[in-house]
Amino acid sequence: MKYIDEYRDGRLAKDIARRIGAIADPTRSYQLMEFCGGHTHAISRYGLEDLLPTNVRMIHGPGCPVCVLPIGRIDAAIALAMRPEITLCTYGDLMRVPGSNGSSLLKAKAAGADIRMVYSTLDALRIAEAEPECEVVFFAIGFETTTPPTALALKAAIAKGLGNFSIFCNHVLTPAAIQNILESPDVRKLGAIKIDGFIGPAHVSTVIGTEPYEFFAEEFGKPVVVAGFEPLDVIQAILMLVRQVNDGRHEVENQYIRAVTAIGNEKAKAEVAEVFEPCESFEWRGLGEVPYGALRLRAQYAAYDAERRFSMVIPAAKDNPGCECGAILRGVKKPADCKLFGTVCTPDTPMGSCMVSSEGACAAYWTYGRFREKAPQVDAGRAVA
Amino acid sequence: MCLAAPVQVKELLPDNMAKATIGGVSKIVSMALLDDVKVGDYVVLHVGYALAKIDPEEAERTLALIREAAIGGAA
Ligand code: SF4
Repeated sequence: MKYIDEYRDGRLAKDIARRIGAIADPTRSYQLMEFCGGHTHAISRYGLEDLLPTNVRMIHGPGCPVCVLPIGRIDAAIALAMRPEITLCTYGDLMRVPGSNGSSLLKAKAAGADIRMVYSTLDALRIAEAEPECEVVFFAIGFETTTPPTALALKAAIAKGLGNFSIFCNHVLTPAAIQNILESPDVRKLGAIKIDGFIGPAHVSTVIGTEPYEFFAEEFGKPVVVAGFEPLDVIQAILMLVRQVNDGRHEVENQYIRAVTAIGNEKAKAEVAEVFEPCESFEWRGLGEVPYGALRLRAQYAAYDAERRFSMVIPAAKDNPGCECGAILRGVKKPADCKLFGTVCTPDTPMGSCMVSSEGACAAYWTYGRFREKAPQVDAGRAVA
Repeated sequence: MCLAAPVQVKELLPDNMAKATIGGVSKIVSMALLDDVKVGDYVVLHVGYALAKIDPEEAERTLALIREAAIGGAA
């Protein structure tokens, strides 16, 4: 497939890894965080970590919107879906995310709740149009990539006069979270890790561009390379980061020049700005309250906001005490550090959200790496330097 | 869930929709977030919406940089 296959050439990947080995300074370590779960998945799937020199280590970040959704919001969605008038439309990734007491949307569906898996907001709109007697709620979740489709769907619903369509908004923001990883006191208390540079997600930047990272690179003195999701994209980004670290630079560089620009997609940004505004604070699983870490519907769209329309209550719910998702999302621990990993917790019986979403670090490790998890680990204690 | 894939636009349809294919599978997707999409263009598709056009020249340039880096060049 064009624009996929040519970026998966294993021989080239090995050559670049060798190049990284040649330029990496053996007297220091390079701790690079891939923010996005899509990169975590690619790194595990293609065994990229095994190709890298031992002093270049990848730290898996919190960038999977499903993994960072607090349990209370799943509980609230389940409670809403159980109401007889509600049809809850959701992306497939959310169906198996464990709520409190072993609940999930999938189990609620089996118990009779009207929950429909959709591929696109377009499907949810079609349902609302075809079944006017149902109150169709779209469980909106995702980073900046997924937000413009929600904005367009809402505007289309209004244009079509669909009074039975509303949105349960859980859209989160990437730059705010990256910043939070470095500066939140909560994160520091739980064990900060030294991070020398970040790989930023290209798909998010198709929308927001590379510009939003400029402030961050400047303020924190950390290089950022926005990269695509094929193995050659990722390994090239690692090379670019190692070069920046060696040169003492902290710039925002764009590896995904084939579709990302500095400003991103103006049209998509305008749609989002029209419908959404940042919320002062939003709880992220693993990171705690992230200031301006999420979006909510603007006041003029309040009638379409499911939280208000159905007086939803978001309960404070606790994670399973054995689950290390929080520490994993912060990059402080690796999946194999969790006692439940691969024993009680597997993709068939997920205990935490990192095992559910295919982009979650635990699921990626289980699927691709659990038998060769012997590469030197990032030791949180040692790394605090 | 934030993953997106490159698809090729095969036919433009009314209401900003288009028929696009990836690996022989075709889908009806929205072009509402892009301007001036032409048949034959490759776009980055995510949850049913095209988010960006793929620039063939920049794609080639990336591959050239990767090849150069692989042989130890400055890229
Ligand atoms: S293995 Fe399961 S329980 Fe452990 S951190 Fe991952 S998701 Fe949580």
